[in-house]
Amino acid sequence: MSLTHLQRLEAESIHIMREVVAEAERPVMLYSVGKDSSVMLHLAAKAFYPSRPPFPLLHVDTTWKFKAMYEMRDRMSKEIGADLLVYKNPEALAQNINPFDHGSSLHTDIWKTQGLKQALDHYGFDVAFGGARRDEEKSRAKERIFSFRNAAHRWDPKDQRPELWRLYNARKHKGESIRVFPISNWTELDIWQYIHLENIPIVPLYFSAPRPVVNRDGTLIMVDDERMRLNPGETPEVKSVRFRTLGCYPLTGAVESTAETLPQIIQEMLLTSTSERQGRKIDHDQAASMEKKKQEGYF
Amino acid sequence: MNALDLQAETTSDAGVLRFITAGSVDDGKSTLIGRLLFDAKGLLRDQVAALSKSRGAKSAQDSELDLALVTDGLESEREQGITIDVAYRYFATPRRTFVIADAPGHEQYTRNMVTAASNAEVAVILIDASRIAGKGLKAQTRRHATIAKLMGLKIIVAINKMDLTGWSRAVYDEIRDGFARVARTLGIEDPIYVPIAAVHGDNVTRPSPHTPWYEGPPLLEILEAIDATRRNDGVVRFPVQRVLRMADGVRAYAGRLESGVVRAGDEVLAMPSGQQAVVQSIRTFDGALKSAIAGQSISIVLDRDLDLGRGDTLTSLEARAAKGLVADLCWLDEQPWEKGRRYLLKQGTRTTQALIDGIVFVREMTELSEVGEAAGLKLNDVASVRIKMRDPVLADLYGERPATGAFVLIDPVSNQTAAAGMIREAA
Repeated sequence: MSLTHLQRLEAESIHIMREVVAEAERPVMLYSVGKDSSVMLHLAAKAFYPSRPPFPLLHVDTTWKFKAMYEMRDRMSKEIGADLLVYKNPEALAQNINPFDHGSSLHTDIWKTQGLKQALDHYGFDVAFGGARRDEEKSRAKERIFSFRNAAHRWDPKDQRPELWRLYNARKHKGESIRVFPISNWTELDIWQYIHLENIPIVPLYFSAPRPVVNRDGTLIMVDDERMRLNPGETPEVKSVRFRTLGCYPLTGAVESTAETLPQIIQEMLLTSTSERQGRKIDHDQAASMEKKKQEGYF
Repeated sequence: MNALDLQAETTSDAGVLRFITAGSVDDGKSTLIGRLLFDAKGLLRDQVAALSKSRGAKSAQDSELDLALVTDGLESEREQGITIDVAYRYFATPRRTFVIADAPGHEQYTRNMVTAASNAEVAVILIDASRIAGKGLKAQTRRHATIAKLMGLKIIVAINKMDLTGWSRAVYDEIRDGFARVARTLGIEDPIYVPIAAVHGDNVTRPSPHTPWYEGPPLLEILEAIDATRRNDGVVRFPVQRVLRMADGVRAYAGRLESGVVRAGDEVLAMPSGQQAVVQSIRTFDGALKSAIAGQSISIVLDRDLDLGRGDTLTSLEARAAKGLVADLCWLDEQPWEKGRRYLLKQGTRTTQALIDGIVFVREMTELSEVGEAAGLKLNDVASVRIKMRDPVLADLYGERPATGAFVLIDPVSNQTAAAGMIREAA
């Protein structure tokens, strides 16, 4: 008898979450409402069963997420019975920072990176779970499961703490914090198969449906609400699309697809020739874009 | 085809194999991984495009790709053309799923190689055949072989850049014999050798037409076939992570079963105190289990209240504790060890104060001799030491029970992880 690949991954993630709760003073789980967050939340329910997860969920909101994500967020936090904290950077709100006037980099930096740092400081969290995976992007492929941040929330990729076996050293000085990635070793395919096997609820945007989109430089952007600015002469077309990752709707590309069920999504994945983050406009600003954002404190 | 069939097809459990690439600087570790991923179709179109973009090239022709850029994901790595930290990559063939850790070659980043090795089963040690002929192995090759052996990895020696030697069998034999001497000194059992040219793919995923004298399979086939499963002798080690309160009010001990098989009704010891109890039930989110096997995260309810907590370990009846150990250490901290410094020792979920009581020997990396009269330990040293603890820990030997035979030393002032430790005997 031996464990399956997914059973091993699940056990590893649960072990990591329990280690954090045992060693952190004030842990929090970053909840972005995407598929990886959904899996992480499900794993947290398993790790502390029958208790509720002994930490709150934190959604660093940009106000530009898809409507369907907000609906899912509110539904899931009620179902799990977790405390949900929603943080919106007050400066970004006051200045009405948005992807159209300010561009993807500034928008992401102020709402997400600065917002996250403010939220962690505001609530005094010392450890934050994030749903990042190493197969997503090459600077993430380099990151430890326990990733240390100095008092200014900066990541120093050239001086990461050794991480031996499963013996996580969570000790830190006052003011320092740790980002912990319990699903580091899962791949996109693992995530989909696990969602299927465990019947985990996900935002319907992952499934194909007719949706109004515009084509911007080869990226299909969904017109999710009336704030979407159309270029002169541009009219939304209804196409059968779905999303492989979810972020701010004006910055997240859809893929044309007919996959309406999880087995169809998994089958499509096996045939795909591009990585999931290809649809993320914020990744393509420059070659080392994700690493830069991470050094600045992006999760 | 439904998703379950797909799962069987894509993650066929011949067992996931986790391996590292090791060896000295510029011996071609990152290029080899790039080649494996590229040939095994583990790279996606936009990722291949980025490999050529990074060098300003327009076309994504195979020959123009800088394969090392697949894993050298940090900007400073691309600038300097070196690997600083471990990159983890995932790929699958029809026969097996792989997790590769690309470890850096520079001595300065040895601790990142140790990090990678600690969670791997196999080390592929690369040697650049073009630069080594007639000169002997480099110190860093010997250091990586030493660490891989200490950590219990199986070793494959990939003799790389064979194209630059004109596919010389004599060069290959010379290097193989050189490594065989290192293997004998260190006690490495049956290393596997393969001549390759990672940049062109010879003997990586397909047999090379240039090596008629080599009878073995290409590297990927070796990796697909290698048996890295650890024997499960049933001896239970269950470090308690946390106490959970069940719905019926009973206390359950949450943890990951690190070794063995545990069943409801089994007698267990709570170590280090040695109190006995019987496993009443095994609980999980998915229901109660009759038994659990190594690797599972579970909660155990005992038949009596022992008031255990984090740091205690439930074991089967074969267990003893010790307050003194002889252990191998890989020193990972820039802060050297000097006599009298105190550390925290973490084994499983237990953390206790520890003191290095004396050095048995430090491994010197040119002749691989054991130097007995060392006064201190510095970054990247590999040594055998005596350790004394304030509280007893499980006296499990790393060679038999790696999950609990391993520990780390933490500097309580800097909070740095100062050393990786492997228990060799109880003292």
